[in-house]
Amino acid sequence: MNPLWLSHFTATSSIGRGLEQTLAALRERRTGLAPCAFDTVELATFTGEVAGVDEVQLPAHLARFDCRNNRLAQLGLMQDGFAGAVHEAIAKYGAQRIGVFIGTSTSGILQTELAYRQRDAETGALPVDFIYGTTHNTFSVADFTRCYFGLTGPAVVVSSACSSSAKVFASARRMMKAGLIEAAVVGGVDSLCLTTLYGFNSLGLLSGQACRPYDAERNGLSIGEAAAFALLEHPPKNLCSDAVLLLGTGESSDAYHMSSPHPDGLGARMAMQDALNMAGLAPSDIDYINLHGTATLSNDAAEGLAVAALFGNGTPCSSTKGATGHTLGAAGGLEAVICALALQNGLLPAGLNTQQADSSLDYLLENREQPVARVLSNSFGFGGTNCSLIFGRADH
Amino acid sequence: MTLSAYIEGIGLLGPGLTGWSGSQAMLTGQRPCQPDKTVLPSPALLPAAERRRSGAIVKLTLAVGLEAINAAGLNAADLACVFSASGGDGENCHAICEMLATDDRQISPTRFHNSVHNTAAGYWSIATGAMSSASVLCAFDASFGAGLLEALSQVVADDARVVMLACDTAYPEPLNSARPINDAFGIALVLSPVQSEQALAKISVSLTDARADLLEDATLESLRASIPAARGLPLLCAVAMRNDACMVLDYLGDTRLSVAITPC
Repeated sequence: MNPLWLSHFTATSSIGRGLEQTLAALRERRTGLAPCAFDTVELATFTGEVAGVDEVQLPAHLARFDCRNNRLAQLGLMQDGFAGAVHEAIAKYGAQRIGVFIGTSTSGILQTELAYRQRDAETGALPVDFIYGTTHNTFSVADFTRCYFGLTGPAVVVSSACSSSAKVFASARRMMKAGLIEAAVVGGVDSLCLTTLYGFNSLGLLSGQACRPYDAERNGLSIGEAAAFALLEHPPKNLCSDAVLLLGTGESSDAYHMSSPHPDGLGARMAMQDALNMAGLAPSDIDYINLHGTATLSNDAAEGLAVAALFGNGTPCSSTKGATGHTLGAAGGLEAVICALALQNGLLPAGLNTQQADSSLDYLLENREQPVARVLSNSFGFGGTNCSLIFGRADH
Repeated sequence: MTLSAYIEGIGLLGPGLTGWSGSQAMLTGQRPCQPDKTVLPSPALLPAAERRRSGAIVKLTLAVGLEAINAAGLNAADLACVFSASGGDGENCHAICEMLATDDRQISPTRFHNSVHNTAAGYWSIATGAMSSASVLCAFDASFGAGLLEALSQVVADDARVVMLACDTAYPEPLNSARPINDAFGIALVLSPVQSEQALAKISVSLTDARADLLEDATLESLRASIPAARGLPLLCAVAMRNDACMVLDYLGDTRLSVAITPC
């Protein structure tokens, strides 16, 4: 593929608001996970909650979008000068020539969960101030982003569970190549809600400890929340040497089971291979793999087999979910930004909380500082959906 | 910028519309459309356990998708997929929210994995064995247009043959009052970059701010206006008429789709 330039990017998660805090947390190996204190949830689990989301105020003309997920989206958009960069892109390309592609799994479902606690005792009706379309509906976060910037081009939410905000890069790439748009705001936003906390609990997949991806004693995931965004443009002739490029995308489906991965990681392997093919790279060209690494028994086992089958055991890899928690539909976007930080700063981030890796892979238990030219990021999800992305520095 | 492809197969299911081939007389105005409740067939391709767990959106998706692919004489496993829906499994969502509002919040594992927006995509790949990429989209009332643009982008950018499925089902009360969609409706289109023997029509799409066309038949127009997936009905009517046609479809607010249809 013709590489695309991540001209601006930003991430907000439990480890920090914006790039500077995120990079510092990675360098200091700081986790954002803490015992769950969200809403009225009574579960013995850890969550990666973003501080201060409830205090975010949406502009008055966007009040209809007010819900935790869109507050988190706005908090994310306000970091690292990202909103300013989008406004500059609008001036350059025009509001209809920029697409919006946001990944989310649950969007503003929390608003409906709360509304169901306030149903009319006689009629069962939801409260009159409940607005479905701009809060609960899966599209609301892309609609909010579009309205926040006054964009009038194509806009969509990709919602394929935990691969959602990796797959936005693939959808944006296609629409840019097809020529319908010149640039794209891509990202992932997912926020804490009861559906995912009690849902993963029902599957026995929530850990009682801060999650330990790829650890021999891992016993489940910790849920987090995040907002991550990137502005994709065609690269100009002269790029800074540390500019970050999207080099390849790979997507596949397991066709196996709704909530368990293919045991050999067949679909995962296909997605990684397709991303390498699109980038025109060999496995040995990849310096680091940001694993999906949820810390469930089955995900890490299947992904580990798929990575080993394709890359052997020599490629440094880690899951950063021990730091951020599993941010579900935002994970692909968040981990794309972590990959961009790895490339620009020569930092391979260690997987936190893991003591003994249950894998033959070169799983990073300590940070490594070294030049990083190309990285691969994996995102997989319920329904057997897989997406792998490859990013690289412009000087390679 | 105009994106073009060839339509090789069509699937259709909705109130009074039982399949693409069975709906031609209604779509061409030869017979009035009687909006009887949509009948969703049992998904025979799914293993028994998955069939029991599948809700309306899964049944609808499988029915329209397979109709389109069979009509085109293709194998589902060979096609990239684009699933676009304005909501997921509404009954399941209601049951979860109801349970989470009680003191006993122990929702079932099946309810949870059926709550994801890509439930129908997951069951589709299990039923058909398709390991190809699946784009799973939502754009609220603009979901038909969003699916069409993503599918055409795949055709044009990657030279791929794609099946696009736009499907919507109803929420029960109390959510139905907040999001009134009253019945199940789905359209599937198999789109190809090249003109083959089975091609029905060429489709070309670009963005416009012109006003959307309405349908003459009051029943069809009511469906078009009330169910997001049915915003694509004017396109199907044009293919059924077998004449050159241009129309404007609703998409995102003032951003709409200019669509040209040329029969093959």
